[in-house]
Amino acid sequence: MRALPALLLALVAVAALHLLVPLDSFLELQQRDPALAKLLLSELRLPRTLLAAGYGAVLGITGAALQATFANPLASPDITGSSSGAALGAVLGGYWFGVTSPLALAGFGAAGASLTLLLLLILAGRRADTATLLLAGLAIALAAGAGTSLLLALAPSPFAFYDAFDWLMGSFTDRSLPQAAAALIPATIACALLARRSTPLDMLSLGEDIAASAGVRPRRLSVEVVALSAIAVGACVSVCGAIGFVGLIAPFVARRLSGGHPGRALMPAAAIGAILLLAADLLVRLAPAGRTIPVGVVTTALGTPLFIWIVVTMRRTVTS
Amino acid sequence: MTSLVIAEGVQIEGRLKSTDLRCNAGQLIAIIGPNGAGKTSLLRALAGIELDGGLVLVDGEDIAQAPSPRRMKLLSYLPATRSLVWPISARDVIALGLPSPDDRRIDDVIQQLELERVATRPVNSLSTGERTRVLIARSLAAQPRLLLLDEPLANLDPYWVLRTTELMREAARASSTVIASLHDLSQLNSFDRVILVDDGRIAADGTAGELLESDDLAAAFRVERHNGGWRISLPADLRSSP
Repeated sequence: MRALPALLLALVAVAALHLLVPLDSFLELQQRDPALAKLLLSELRLPRTLLAAGYGAVLGITGAALQATFANPLASPDITGSSSGAALGAVLGGYWFGVTSPLALAGFGAAGASLTLLLLLILAGRRADTATLLLAGLAIALAAGAGTSLLLALAPSPFAFYDAFDWLMGSFTDRSLPQAAAALIPATIACALLARRSTPLDMLSLGEDIAASAGVRPRRLSVEVVALSAIAVGACVSVCGAIGFVGLIAPFVARRLSGGHPGRALMPAAAIGAILLLAADLLVRLAPAGRTIPVGVVTTALGTPLFIWIVVTMRRTVTS
Repeated sequence: MTSLVIAEGVQIEGRLKSTDLRCNAGQLIAIIGPNGAGKTSLLRALAGIELDGGLVLVDGEDIAQAPSPRRMKLLSYLPATRSLVWPISARDVIALGLPSPDDRRIDDVIQQLELERVATRPVNSLSTGERTRVLIARSLAAQPRLLLLDEPLANLDPYWVLRTTELMREAARASSTVIASLHDLSQLNSFDRVILVDDGRIAADGTAGELLESDDLAAAFRVERHNGGWRISLPADLRSSP
């Protein structure tokens, strides 16, 4: 993978930019009160940069892994309904079980995502055709979304709906370092384990029978990928909410760099996902002062045309 | 002389009853049988795919215990479905059949299957016949001791039917066992041994000559010899009446 060093370099550059922009306010503070400027950097801006980069990487790598597993370029955390499931789990934990520790909330998110992905495996199967996968994913996402609304509406706290909007719409503003750690530590471990499965996932691209004849265990592999993806996505959603389409775009671009190999695309997809989400969050900061645009809006605006394009080209090329 | 391939009690629930099979190195073996008889299941069982019981030894090694790279040297399997989802180049698909990178070996099989023209094209854009040849090349690449091919001659034009049969013979000569399922009974004379599968078990096992004359074959396929060709066999009640 010759493109990976270049991607990592680009990632470092975008992350630095994300951390320091807007630069003028930071420099001004640096002159007036260096200690406060340092605090601004470490307490406010660092968690945001870490979360944007980490969540982007999670969406990229889990999207690539789910696509390889389901043999479908449209499978991704949002389209399989797992992001919605994670939100449902987190809302249940936060508003109904009174969970406040970020790590416990991440656990609830991971449990919700696991349940939806397992449901998808049962409903659509491992090698589902596109229509089945999309419809099953849509059904699960709608059900999880309605469940989330119901839990919020009936929640003991009267402000649940209002809070949750800020929380679940996909945003990195005002997250603390402990929250970032709760999302990113489990996610990093899960993603590292996913990355180790890149060779068997490439073998799976030749079909389950060829992979099995070469010693891969397709059923076990898909359960592992689903569980690890659910942990990573669930933890991130429990802190930042659901963010759409990065899990679709990043693997799509990464496979252009990996010669079409779905497994070898895992690491580049992580780097591209991180770059994308950092860039999208930078764009959000350009919004007029006093207004906040959820970052999920930007990624959806970028992703929808690509999604439609993939569907249209698939309709043309898939013959057998 | 011990057999290269030993299968003991292999079974796949609902498809293949407990089956024993021994094959020698150098043998080119055909599997025939009516639709749904269990040809694919027997091949998959020998490849260790979703095995519900039994044991397959290749060259004395239990394939279920062999780690992935080693297993690719022991056996390879060509499935009957040739659908490939991802836009991987033909050359890279062949490379996935090798336990470790080996450009010279890839060039060899590309030449053998005359894939030079399509080597850099994504496999999901190739015709079914071309994809079949790419997947045959992948199966041959690692020079495994046991080569399992499900319908290798389907979707191929007459030249490639003959050429693929030659390649299977060459692989067998290089001290492997080659087992291929077929539908076309006219191909059987190219094979050393023919196994007839019917109703999830081995119904007959012998040379092509023996099998073609046997009642088992006629019973399984519901056809009979007629004027040097085949015709649908008449039901027993009609046959007995004048």
